[in-house]
Amino acid sequence: MAGRVLLVEDEPNIAEAIRFILTREGWDVAVERDGAAALGQVRALAPDLLILDLMLPGMSGLEILTSLRADPAFAGLKVLMLTAKGQPRDREAAERAGVSAFMAKPFSNDEIRAMVRQLMAAD
Amino acid sequence: MSLSALTGTRLRERRQALGLRQAELAGAVGISASYLNLIEHNRRRIADDLLARLADRLAMPLAALQDGHDAALIDALRAAAAEVPAVAGEVDRAEDLAARFPGWAGAVVDLHARTRALSHAVEALNDRMAHDPHLSASLHEILNAAASVRSTAAILADTDDIDPSWRKKFHQNLHADSERMAKGAEALVAYLDASSQGVEQATATPQEEVEAWAAECDWGLTGPDALAKGARLSSDDGRGMAARMIEMAESDLAAVREDVLQAALLSHGPDPLALAAQAKVPVLTAFRRLALRPNSGLGLLQCDGSGTLTLRKPLPGFSPPRFGAACPLWPLFTALSRPETPVEAVIALPGVQGLRYRVLAFCQTHYPVGFRGPQLRESAMLLLPEISGQGAAIEVGPTCRICPRPQCPARREASILTA
Repeated sequence: MAGRVLLVEDEPNIAEAIRFILTREGWDVAVERDGAAALGQVRALAPDLLILDLMLPGMSGLEILTSLRADPAFAGLKVLMLTAKGQPRDREAAERAGVSAFMAKPFSNDEIRAMVRQLMAAD
Repeated sequence: MSLSALTGTRLRERRQALGLRQAELAGAVGISASYLNLIEHNRRRIADDLLARLADRLAMPLAALQDGHDAALIDALRAAAAEVPAVAGEVDRAEDLAARFPGWAGAVVDLHARTRALSHAVEALNDRMAHDPHLSASLHEILNAAASVRSTAAILADTDDIDPSWRKKFHQNLHADSERMAKGAEALVAYLDASSQGVEQATATPQEEVEAWAAECDWGLTGPDALAKGARLSSDDGRGMAARMIEMAESDLAAVREDVLQAALLSHGPDPLALAAQAKVPVLTAFRRLALRPNSGLGLLQCDGSGTLTLRKPLPGFSPPRFGAACPLWPLFTALSRPETPVEAVIALPGVQGLRYRVLAFCQTHYPVGFRGPQLRESAMLLLPEISGQGAAIEVGPTCRICPRPQCPARREASILTA
């Protein structure tokens, strides 16, 4: 299994756990904690999947997603949005902005493994 | 003697209860049966001496036939009925109900009062749950800690071949996150406990705490008393906000001295433009100076260019939302779209009391970083009680969620009061 994942998550312990889980699944995982630096990292690393927390310092996950979708180079990038605010309006806003999938915290490790596999397998 | 419109009804009921015929009673008090019939159907007023004779003959207290002893009950019944469309046509029969079934009438009034109190509680809680940044941040913190604990614990439980250094690291993370979650949960419980002690009195958020402090000082925010009370607020944020309000009030007081304010009030009344011109101060300073002082009787709202309320001094009967978006029909926002242009209007609030206010609004622009920076707008709205009750008024509400006007053209979302 090969594929590059960029995880943008400001909670260090969550980032550490997700990186551990996905790395053991065979994915190449990079972590960025600052929202404002995330766009640059996406351009530099060209990941196959972007896992994006909704609430980030500097720039929100929604703003990052909107900027990416406005750029034709990243219009098709798979984006999994994570949020601790599982409110319907957050999900709707993410869907309008072009998210590929959405997961509310706290999720199980099996759920995130399965979701990443599914997104990586999708065309 | 003041008679109730239903004095006749009460006489008839008493006579029938005693088993007396109209002719018997009429004869006993020296009038004709046909005249008594008219009295009993509330078609004739009754002279004092005749009423006294009837009360005496029927062995009932004279006061029970007089108006006034249950006026408050009847007013409250009318208020309750006016809010229920199904009985709107029977509002004028409130007195009848109070006279015939005072116990039931009292129960209706009590239930109405309870319903209103619960509506206010729902309003405050809904406002808080939907928009309170403090609550949202607390829940976010707990959910993040829970997410981390869940993932980390599962890794430790499911991964047999985990490297010892990783195992140690994850144990540390688990410990830190469980501590964080416990603290977050305790803070949340304390917050919700404070709320349950009385929604209106709850001072859980810094903003609420500061507003309670300002109200306790009757909006006289410049003296040592206000300073001392402000320093005793429980949260750092609350103390910081109070300190900024004190600073603003002191600056406004220095800009518009009390004698200048009183002279302007004497010659122009509460007119912010006139005060600003007389004291040579920005118009919004004049707005604040007029409203934020003891016994001013004036309400004040101030918002920034996004429409977010940055200052709110409520008036009885008009409590703007603490968080979230207010009614877009407020002249405060009309002024926001027309900088430097005075806006005057009469607004009417929903509800049986039909509260009306004369409002004066004005938007001021700032260029804090000069030509190359943004234009910032700040709008203020002064609320003055409108006594006449006459003339056209703009029908507004507090905020869509708790506004009962179903057909409002500016409605953003459904109201919990009409759902």
